[in-house]
Amino acid sequence: MSLLAKPNDRMAAVLDQQAEACIDEIAGRSLWQDARIRLMRNKAAVVSMIILTIITLLAIFAPWLSSHPFDEVYWDFIQVAPNFSEGFWFGTDENGRDLFVRTLYGARVSLMVGLVATTVSLIIGVTYGAVAGYMGGRVDNLMMRFVDILYSLPFMFFVIILMVIFGRHIFLIFVALGAVEWLTMARIVRGQTMAIKKKEFIEAAHASGVSTTKIIFRHIVPNILGPVIVYMTLTIPQVILTESFLSFLGLGVQEPLTSWGVLISEGAKVMESAPWMLAFPATFLAVTLFCFNFIGDGLRDALDPKDR
Amino acid sequence: MMSDPILKVENLKVHFPVDVGTFFSNKAQLKAVDGVSFELNEGETLAIVGESGCGKSTLGRAVLQLLHNTEGQVIWMGENITGYSVKAMRPLRNEMQIIFQDPLASLNPRMTIGEIIAEPLATHNPDMPKEQVKSRVREMMDIVGLLPRMINRYPHEFSGGQCQRIGIARAMILQPKVIVCDEPVSALDVSIQAQIINLLGELQKRFGLSLLFISHDLSIIRHISHRVMVLYLGNVMEIAEKDELYNSPRHPYTQALISAVPVPDPDKEAHKKRIVLKGDLPSPINPPSGCVFRTRCLYADQQCEREKPDLNTLTEASVKSTHQVACHKQAEIHRTN
Repeated sequence: MSLLAKPNDRMAAVLDQQAEACIDEIAGRSLWQDARIRLMRNKAAVVSMIILTIITLLAIFAPWLSSHPFDEVYWDFIQVAPNFSEGFWFGTDENGRDLFVRTLYGARVSLMVGLVATTVSLIIGVTYGAVAGYMGGRVDNLMMRFVDILYSLPFMFFVIILMVIFGRHIFLIFVALGAVEWLTMARIVRGQTMAIKKKEFIEAAHASGVSTTKIIFRHIVPNILGPVIVYMTLTIPQVILTESFLSFLGLGVQEPLTSWGVLISEGAKVMESAPWMLAFPATFLAVTLFCFNFIGDGLRDALDPKDR
Repeated sequence: MMSDPILKVENLKVHFPVDVGTFFSNKAQLKAVDGVSFELNEGETLAIVGESGCGKSTLGRAVLQLLHNTEGQVIWMGENITGYSVKAMRPLRNEMQIIFQDPLASLNPRMTIGEIIAEPLATHNPDMPKEQVKSRVREMMDIVGLLPRMINRYPHEFSGGQCQRIGIARAMILQPKVIVCDEPVSALDVSIQAQIINLLGELQKRFGLSLLFISHDLSIIRHISHRVMVLYLGNVMEIAEKDELYNSPRHPYTQALISAVPVPDPDKEAHKKRIVLKGDLPSPINPPSGCVFRTRCLYADQQCEREKPDLNTLTEASVKSTHQVACHKQAEIHRTN
């Protein structure tokens, strides 16, 4: 996300500074601003962003939203249906814990995994792909063959080995997902870089003696961010889903901490007797995934209007 | 003759390895530039003319060491810069700049034009205060005919001609000695072409610039250049002062090119003698033996097939000593005409 915010922040800073220096200067409209305007016209994307913001806020303020702690066992309320008089809005699970708070805590883990793993993959993938694509030739060959090798490692096997060696820890999930997701990102970025580096403005920068690092981060990366952002918004749900899958298999987070995957897996077992235990976390997960996908679609249309 | 040339190119060759053949990778050489020599003097415009694929742009880039040449030397103000690394070239980059054909593609769409024009300056003077950079940018925008208040706009908000002015401002901001103009006007409307050409001419007078002007448009070249070099398949066919080249071209290829220039008078145009060349440009991977032009030449014989003609200075008293032609037959051709 930090990479995302950067160009706009920089631009805003430059604009402010220059507005002070000279009043009659005309403010330009950057491609980013154009894209933002187009995105804001996309109703599905805007609604998705609002819903996601609400879910995120709920997750952040979870401890203050309900009087029940997420790991407290209420012996008198084992697996009860949603019950407003006692404050169990989503009911309780088979251990008598409040499902509302647990769903929101699950959202914390799931969203965190999505964001952290995607950010890790973004930083590694963009740098790696841009360098490989820009350098070309033997360096590119070597770097991309390394990616191919990592690609061919079976993911589950990799996760299980990590678990066996380091024990179950949420941090490992971040590492494992990040380590896998950056590969695709690197490939996308490499391809885009190779297309951009033939452009004349790169040659112009060369002819002015701009250093390679500056060419990559000032000229290439901002111009490939479009597809990268789109891919990123599509990676987040994928990561969330993978985490849920790992948790479903029992390789994910450790009790009493929970995630949507864990909750769904527990709920699925008692689907017939306690449908609310499946329905609430599953709805949250599905809505979140929908939102990310709509935002991804919206961003793709907004950033590259020719592709529509 | 002026003092020492600012730029001297000797027997420059740029060959690219290419794969030919479907099953076995046979490495062949694409001879984009094959032994070109010339000198560029201070304040002079040397035009490089030739059809597509004759190595004009490659030559321009090799001169700036944006491409590494296979053979030959590029001598910049007495310093042999051939094969200089990117780092070694960096301090020299403020002396030589390039303007591109496609005005929009040569500007980073994500940067304001202020940032674009300032980039070379900031690269070579990292310690220069921001206000000073900005005032230099505004000054330069004014010089190239852009409103300085447009400084915060983005390239897509400008027309092609304005974009080319931005490209010129970026090239000019370091006050270089040489600018390579790689077909700077061929993507523009005719009326805009004239503006840009005149702008380049003014800048040249004002700052004593030398221009290496690459183009395929002979009318434009006639307007801007002092000397003209005709390139065919990576080889120099003829170099001469502009007037001499246009009035008495000696090489059959130059003659054909000049006969193809349209005359803005329909009556004259209709009765003009036009030399039409047969065939296409041969492949630079496998150029003809001897004279590279012989496959399309009206006068070629066995000597042309055997021997590659040298670029010889004309010795006749009636022509200037700067007129050079690479043709075995030029004397005969001249006599019969």
